[in-house]
Amino acid sequence: MMDGEAEGSVSADSGRKRRVHGMLKLYYGLNEEGKAPEQPESLDPCDINGPHFDPELYLNKLRRECSLAELMDQETCMVKQIRSLDSDMQTLVYENYNKFISATDTIRKMKNDFKKMEDEMDCLSTNMAAITEFSARISGTLQDQHVQITKLSGVHTLLRKLQFLFELPARLNKCLELQAYAQAVSSHRRARCVLQQYSHLPSFKGIQDDCHAIMDKLAQELRQKFRDGGSSAKDLSECVELLLQLDEPAEELCDKFLSHARSRLESDLQGLEAEIRPTASAVKDALAASTQKQLSGAAAGSPTDSSPKTSALPSPSSKTDILEFIDRGCNEFVSSLCLVITSYQELFINHAQTGELASKNIPQMANGKLHTFVDDLATRYFSLVERRIQEEKGVGDNSLLVRALDRFHRRLQAVAKLLPGSAVPNQGTEIVIRAAMERVKQYLTALQSFYMDSLTDVRQALATPRLSVASASVAGGGAHLGGAASGRDAPNSLPELLSSLSASILNQIKSVLASVHLFTAKDITFSNKPYFKGEFCSQGVRESLVVSFIKFVCQSSRQFCESAGDKGGSTPPALLLLLSRLCLDYETSTISYILTLTDEQFLVQHHSPVTPVTTLCAEAREAAQKLLNHYVKVQGLIISQMLRKSVETRDWVNTIEPRNVRAVMKRVVEDTTSIDVQVGLLYEEGVRKAHSSDSSKRTFSVYSSSRQQARYAASYTPSAPMDTNLLSNIHKLFSERIDIFSSVEFNKVSVMTGIIKISLKTFLECVRLRTFGRYGLQQIQVDCHYLQMYLWRFVSDENLVHFLLDEIVGSSAHRCLDPAPMEQSVIEVICERG
Amino acid sequence: MEDDAPVIYGLEFQARALTAQTAETDAIRFLVGTQSLKFDNQIHIIDFDDENNIINKNVLLHQAGEIWHIGASPADKAVLTTCYNKSESYCFLLSLSPFTASLFKSKWQLFFASDSRVVSCAAVWRMPSDWDTGNHESPDDSAHNPQTLELLCHLDDSAHGNAACVLWEPMGDGKRVISLADNHALLWDLQESSTQATVSSTATLEGKGQLKFTSGKWSPHHNCSQLATANDTAIRGWDLRTMSQIYCIENAHGQLVRDLDFNPNRQYYLASCGDDCKVKFWDVRNVQEPVKTLEEHSHWVWSVRYNHSHDQLVLTASSDSRLILSNMVSISSEPFGHLVDDDELSEGEDNHQDDKSKEPLKDSVVSTYEEHEDSVYAAEWSSADPWLFASLSYDGRLVINRVPRALKYRILL
Repeated sequence: MMDGEAEGSVSADSGRKRRVHGMLKLYYGLNEEGKAPEQPESLDPCDINGPHFDPELYLNKLRRECSLAELMDQETCMVKQIRSLDSDMQTLVYENYNKFISATDTIRKMKNDFKKMEDEMDCLSTNMAAITEFSARISGTLQDQHVQITKLSGVHTLLRKLQFLFELPARLNKCLELQAYAQAVSSHRRARCVLQQYSHLPSFKGIQDDCHAIMDKLAQELRQKFRDGGSSAKDLSECVELLLQLDEPAEELCDKFLSHARSRLESDLQGLEAEIRPTASAVKDALAASTQKQLSGAAAGSPTDSSPKTSALPSPSSKTDILEFIDRGCNEFVSSLCLVITSYQELFINHAQTGELASKNIPQMANGKLHTFVDDLATRYFSLVERRIQEEKGVGDNSLLVRALDRFHRRLQAVAKLLPGSAVPNQGTEIVIRAAMERVKQYLTALQSFYMDSLTDVRQALATPRLSVASASVAGGGAHLGGAASGRDAPNSLPELLSSLSASILNQIKSVLASVHLFTAKDITFSNKPYFKGEFCSQGVRESLVVSFIKFVCQSSRQFCESAGDKGGSTPPALLLLLSRLCLDYETSTISYILTLTDEQFLVQHHSPVTPVTTLCAEAREAAQKLLNHYVKVQGLIISQMLRKSVETRDWVNTIEPRNVRAVMKRVVEDTTSIDVQVGLLYEEGVRKAHSSDSSKRTFSVYSSSRQQARYAASYTPSAPMDTNLLSNIHKLFSERIDIFSSVEFNKVSVMTGIIKISLKTFLECVRLRTFGRYGLQQIQVDCHYLQMYLWRFVSDENLVHFLLDEIVGSSAHRCLDPAPMEQSVIEVICERG
Repeated sequence: MEDDAPVIYGLEFQARALTAQTAETDAIRFLVGTQSLKFDNQIHIIDFDDENNIINKNVLLHQAGEIWHIGASPADKAVLTTCYNKSESYCFLLSLSPFTASLFKSKWQLFFASDSRVVSCAAVWRMPSDWDTGNHESPDDSAHNPQTLELLCHLDDSAHGNAACVLWEPMGDGKRVISLADNHALLWDLQESSTQATVSSTATLEGKGQLKFTSGKWSPHHNCSQLATANDTAIRGWDLRTMSQIYCIENAHGQLVRDLDFNPNRQYYLASCGDDCKVKFWDVRNVQEPVKTLEEHSHWVWSVRYNHSHDQLVLTASSDSRLILSNMVSISSEPFGHLVDDDELSEGEDNHQDDKSKEPLKDSVVSTYEEHEDSVYAAEWSSADPWLFASLSYDGRLVINRVPRALKYRILL
């Protein structure tokens, strides 16, 4: 307490205060931690601040220990300390005294104020007692009159009620006459309970009976009115409201109301159905009409029609387009349905919830009825809409369908708002989704048929200039076709066909994507549904449209290889080549371009796994490879066939001395050249091994070859159980095994090598099956030399041609009865002359 | 073990004709016919000693001409047929036997000494009875003059062109053969221990152009009453009792059909191969589509052979110098592997479970043999050891191989 006071007053000089505080504490034997008593040094009698201080001891100690000067110092210091302690004590005493004085003053003043208040309270209590007494006297005098007044007013009310009751039948009749049904019902309701209660009195009974009769009549009339249904919705609702108040069974009323509504809505639906049916039943007329319409449309030349082929399919919906149909459906059916729902809810649900009817579970019952009613009608409406959408087959203008679907969906939102728990909007969305899916499918078919059509076009284009290709290549030798053919028919050269084909396919894909993109446009209500944001983009558009189409392209290409395989070249080889290039282009760039385009346009978020680009690319590459292999096979077989016939049909034993290269060899070289030109148009040159400086002048080793020598020199000795034909095999050891029908690379040289390999191997096998005379062998020599002169330039490794031709000449020499080879110089002369 | 190493044997002549000695069921023996226009042709009898992995050969002379096809009698080890080309010059013929020359209706052109004809003939031969013993006495005597085949009878009919091949009645008594000559199939009866041959019936292929049988096979099923032939791209079936066509697979192959073989265990199944590099398996009851197609070769396939006892094993030879052994389980007579007998089942539950856990076998290429350097025109299974086969390439190399052990045990166990 003292510390607190000291602290408060001496706050000005905190340093001093602290010191004072500290010293006081010291005095009272407390140090900062308050554990002074435990401190051992405090027991020291020489501690001037300790409680056991003994001045005598202390003085003795000082005197004993200190010098004189120190004693002097000690003394001054002690005096100074004592003085300051004294002044501190004085200050404290003074401060506390002042406070005590002011407290005394305050207490005295309070004592005076309380005395005054006590006087006023006494006065108040006497006044209150007087008022109470007066009041009791007044109420005592007025008691009798008050009772009488109360009684009189009660009688008056009763009389008024009675009068109302007696007048009731007349009033009700009057209301009935004036058709003021509402008033009648409210009057009757007011009286009903009373009449019920007093019905044992004959007079009241009479009134009640009258009233009942009248009310029955009224109810009859109301029901009649309700049944007629001609009245406006407002009238109708009023009717229902009144009937409800007349204790008419609510369920029956609901049914009646709904059946009324149904009949009206049914007529709407029938109107809609009528729009579908005539077109469906009279397709033939429609067909005629539509073709006419299309003719006129074609004359008008609508530029929006991006795919004339696909849209030219006669769409059976010629009378009204889908937008009109949906509009009509919305305006007639959906809006009246909404109206019915609103008024119904107003009547049976909202209204009933407030009144006493709520207790009878009427809202629930009514709600259930409404749901089944709406579901039922909506289902029928939806089936009509779906039928109509299914008729929408032409893929020409997608915006119309999308707009129609949008409107359809938008209008259903109203129903959704009115009927929160209803399945109708979901069903509507499902219809939209189905329609979208159907549309995507149609687009896929359209794309596919477009692709097949363009292939047919390409085929036709290829068929017509075929002659010119041959002639051009013959005339020009190795000259490029482009120059020769461009003057005549520009778009028919292979690269142009290819580019126009791929461009038109790409354009078609783009336009289809644009059309499909409408489904996800921002201003379309259903585009923000999760389906259209996610699955439609990834599964619908990307997978089942774009990816499927690419797969279809690859697959149909592969089918060309398979179907043509056995029947023997029903597909023109040029088409195979072109398709192979197309697939290769797809692999290198087009697929990734298309998919990127799709992903960008549709912002596809891949929730579900999608086909990766690499898979498609691999597929395309495989297709390209297969087509090119097949191309090589087909071309090789065409040449093979010529060679085979030429070998098989000739009597090689009895042939005349060769004077010319056989025409078939020239034909082979010509065909090879034209194939070379054809392939060169689409594929790059490719690498080939360095040519020797004089490839065409190579001599054939008919007999010079050591292996032949070995064969013929073989004496007539029984064979050892070991391969003795060492020399012949050593030759083969060092040449690689040749795969004849092997996979080729994507370049011209590889393709040509493949074709030549096939042709020459056939030649070899055919030669081995024949027997030759001397001149037969010489003819083969001449032919092979001629082939050598011209074929080496096409292949990657000329040694391959050498090797195969060597084999041919060698084999024919082997199969010769009288092997006498022709002089090399003579062969050269003959070949050069030819 | 050296077990899987192939055994190679070289002939000094080119060769196309190879057959197993059908009547021999103890020794592994193959017959090879050579093709040479200059020298006397030979028939090499190749004996394979399985235990020592050694080949023993004997040579018989076939002086009539180069051999295109060879067939061994199923009943008599010593009897065989060959189809061969006679290609002597006209003048030579004239001086030797003018009668034969007039038979060939060639013109009398004495001034053209080189003018000659090549005629295909067929004949039945008998090996000299002592070829075996004679050779064994002096196996290293290379100067030993080989013995000559004994001609039993010609199978030539001047009315029916060039013989392509001669087929013995499978598993028969060696009394009936069919020869295919140009567009005729001739059924011969061999009498008087094969020294006389008479045509008992013929069938002729009618049609546009010059039709020619390329190959054929006598079916071992239906009491040996059916024959299948190949011409161009078509395969035809014939009933030998009426000599009429019973089925025809048009465009069986994209190109020429080279060879045929019947599945020894499934009577309607037939394998064919051809110039489209494919091997096709047919059910002759449905000739629209092949049951299965193999595309393993990179050039024409010249020969296809079912293994005689395990018909899932199919051997194909091609001019890409390869021999391929395929395991066609799905269309074999044992598509689910070896069926375990009841008594084997009772041996133990473990066994049974092992069988069940086995994966269903898939069709696959067992192995590709690349020992040949030239086109392989013939491949044959041994008649004595079902796990052994021989292949012959044009350069005269005969390679004897075995089915890989692993597969053999999988089929057997």
